[in-house]
Amino acid sequence: MPSAIYQYDAIDSAMLADRVAEFRGQVARRLAGELTEDQFKPLRLMNGLYLQLHAYMLRVAIPYGTLRSPQLRRLADVARRYDRGYGHFTTRQNIQFHWIKLKDAPDILEALAADDLHAIQTSGNCIRNVTADPYAGATADEVDDPRVWSEAIRQWSTFHPEFSYLPRKFKIAVTAAPKDRTAARAHDIGLQLRRNREGELGFEVMVGGGQGRQPFLAPTIREHLPVRHLLSYLQAVLRTYNRHGRRDNIHKARIKVLVAQLGAEEFARQVEAEWAATDKAAVDLPDTELARIRGAFRIHPFEPRRGPSPAFETAKAADPAFARFVRNNVLAHKVPGYAIVNVSLKAPGETPGDCSADQMDAVADLADAHSFGEVRVTYQQNLVLPHVPLDDVPAVFAGLQAIGLATANIDLASDIIACPGLDYCSLANARAINIAQDIAGRFALPERAEAVGELKIKISGCINACGHHHLGHIGILGVDKKGEEFYQLSLGGSGEEDASLARILGPALSGPGVVDAVERLVDAYMGRRLDGERFLDTYRRLGAEPFKEAVYADAHPA
Amino acid sequence: MPTLIRLDAAGFRLASNDWLDLGDEDEAVDGPILVSAARFAAQADELLTGNRPVGVRLRSEEPVEPLAYDLPRLALVALEFPKFRDGRPYTAAQLLRTRYGFTGEIRAVGEVLREQAGFMVRCGFDAFEPADGSGPEDWGRAAGLFRHVYQVAADGRPPAFVERAR
Repeated sequence: MPSAIYQYDAIDSAMLADRVAEFRGQVARRLAGELTEDQFKPLRLMNGLYLQLHAYMLRVAIPYGTLRSPQLRRLADVARRYDRGYGHFTTRQNIQFHWIKLKDAPDILEALAADDLHAIQTSGNCIRNVTADPYAGATADEVDDPRVWSEAIRQWSTFHPEFSYLPRKFKIAVTAAPKDRTAARAHDIGLQLRRNREGELGFEVMVGGGQGRQPFLAPTIREHLPVRHLLSYLQAVLRTYNRHGRRDNIHKARIKVLVAQLGAEEFARQVEAEWAATDKAAVDLPDTELARIRGAFRIHPFEPRRGPSPAFETAKAADPAFARFVRNNVLAHKVPGYAIVNVSLKAPGETPGDCSADQMDAVADLADAHSFGEVRVTYQQNLVLPHVPLDDVPAVFAGLQAIGLATANIDLASDIIACPGLDYCSLANARAINIAQDIAGRFALPERAEAVGELKIKISGCINACGHHHLGHIGILGVDKKGEEFYQLSLGGSGEEDASLARILGPALSGPGVVDAVERLVDAYMGRRLDGERFLDTYRRLGAEPFKEAVYADAHPA
Repeated sequence: MPTLIRLDAAGFRLASNDWLDLGDEDEAVDGPILVSAARFAAQADELLTGNRPVGVRLRSEEPVEPLAYDLPRLALVALEFPKFRDGRPYTAAQLLRTRYGFTGEIRAVGEVLREQAGFMVRCGFDAFEPADGSGPEDWGRAAGLFRHVYQVAADGRPPAFVERAR
């Protein structure tokens, strides 16, 4: 089947091949003792290779969260040949392999490059993999395909000579829908495509969001940037940051601190001044190149069909499990007769985001049979089959059931984001996976989870916030207290278009304590919610008090 | 005196460094002198009247803008990398070349490593004082690893989107 997403041309492929050759030489020098670990570290980091608690971890980019089926099979192949048969999808639409040997790394990168995959700039103080709406090209609410612009940014940012040694890492998200599925305001730059009153496409540019120990939501510094000037404007933002971002303290080095210290208005003024002095014509992509990229994201040969699908309706009536799957995991597609099918990687008892090689292969097969060979990765650590004909949804459901991936819990209490935590990560203070599994276990009964409704629980094993706890309706942060794992609860966060930062509820709790506390929070919400209110809405209406009471009343008797 | 490598049309070559790096208290001599930005700001005319080549040494946090009007009179700007991870001199070099049209030598000093060769050349550096014992062959190899580039920079290499349009 011809691909309808961007495929590398000879130039793109040569870039990867040259990169692999360079890294192969560097690894050889390291293994021969010609480079110390200190000298080698920044080189391996620029290739996505971290040294973790037990082994090397390789983070592979999935640009704008879009995979072709052969690419997913390639990831399965790497998992089997070089890891322990599985991979871990992350909150940045990347995949991590946690059990890598250094000597294998160049071969892995070469194998990945055969399918246009790479680990370039998945770590280090540079522009990281660009994230985008996982429903791009499938959702009716987008004004344009954000992947066109994401691919333009991917190329522009790859090996950028001026911006590869920034004060700190730099993350960009692109969305074209009013419903934000990218957590745009939590990024160093969030780009929201909109049309202005004249009907022209432009980006709302948000700069200076981020999580970590000092969370910020990005303020808007420009309401409408004409799309053709995207790259020159990004250059102006990055240049301002590269020059003025703090380098004296790693914890103050993200652009969010610069924006907060200058104020959004002054930061915007400096960017505009830099941009005014920029030779835009030299930096911005010519229309021909934009057209070439846009042309690579061809529209699939959809066959629109009005009216109900008998196969779909019959299965829904006959099988309550299928009906539940449809309620929770299946969304309307922009083309009548098609659906967006979410594949949860949060089955009870499993590690959030983990996917076995066999599951990857099976999902790739399902994509070929039912979704034009396309798979997406979400920042919620799930997968998506973006273009499934309604008639085929029952077959997709059956296929997913066969591999244990039919959990009907998208956005429910058991659809938890969690970082790898102390089980893998050398930065972590506490485990996150076991807490996610225990909480999910409390909501394993599908009826219960559905009755509770949308509830986004996000768990980070340390202050670096890879598990997005600042953006959780319920956020959980692992802390270390004298060698013991404790967990701090925060409530009221959101990474979506109604973005807000979660606020700490009270003193940290033990592992079992925090799992109990989540149940009490849910009970408190269920007892107080008004019709149609999500947990987040009830919290926003009532404030922290009733929830504080529910969790801490016993601990602190009046 | 550290090794000096220069890049010209013929490639990377060892060069003799005949510049005297002056401290702010040192007396100016007749030959080519390199002075701090502060000293240059205070004594530009005095230093330049000697009819000797003058260069300015910029620390990574010092802006290039104050030099703008004097650039035609400068033969050398040395940009200091206090650590190789400090990326500010890349921007400084790009501004000197692309915004202010500086045609003199831009020299990388400080923690200068061969791994940075490609990026430095792209941003407009044409002289290097490596801190890792590397020589011209290492620099030639490191700077020539990639057959293509994706973005415009001071080196004028045609980016991928220009190559594709041909």
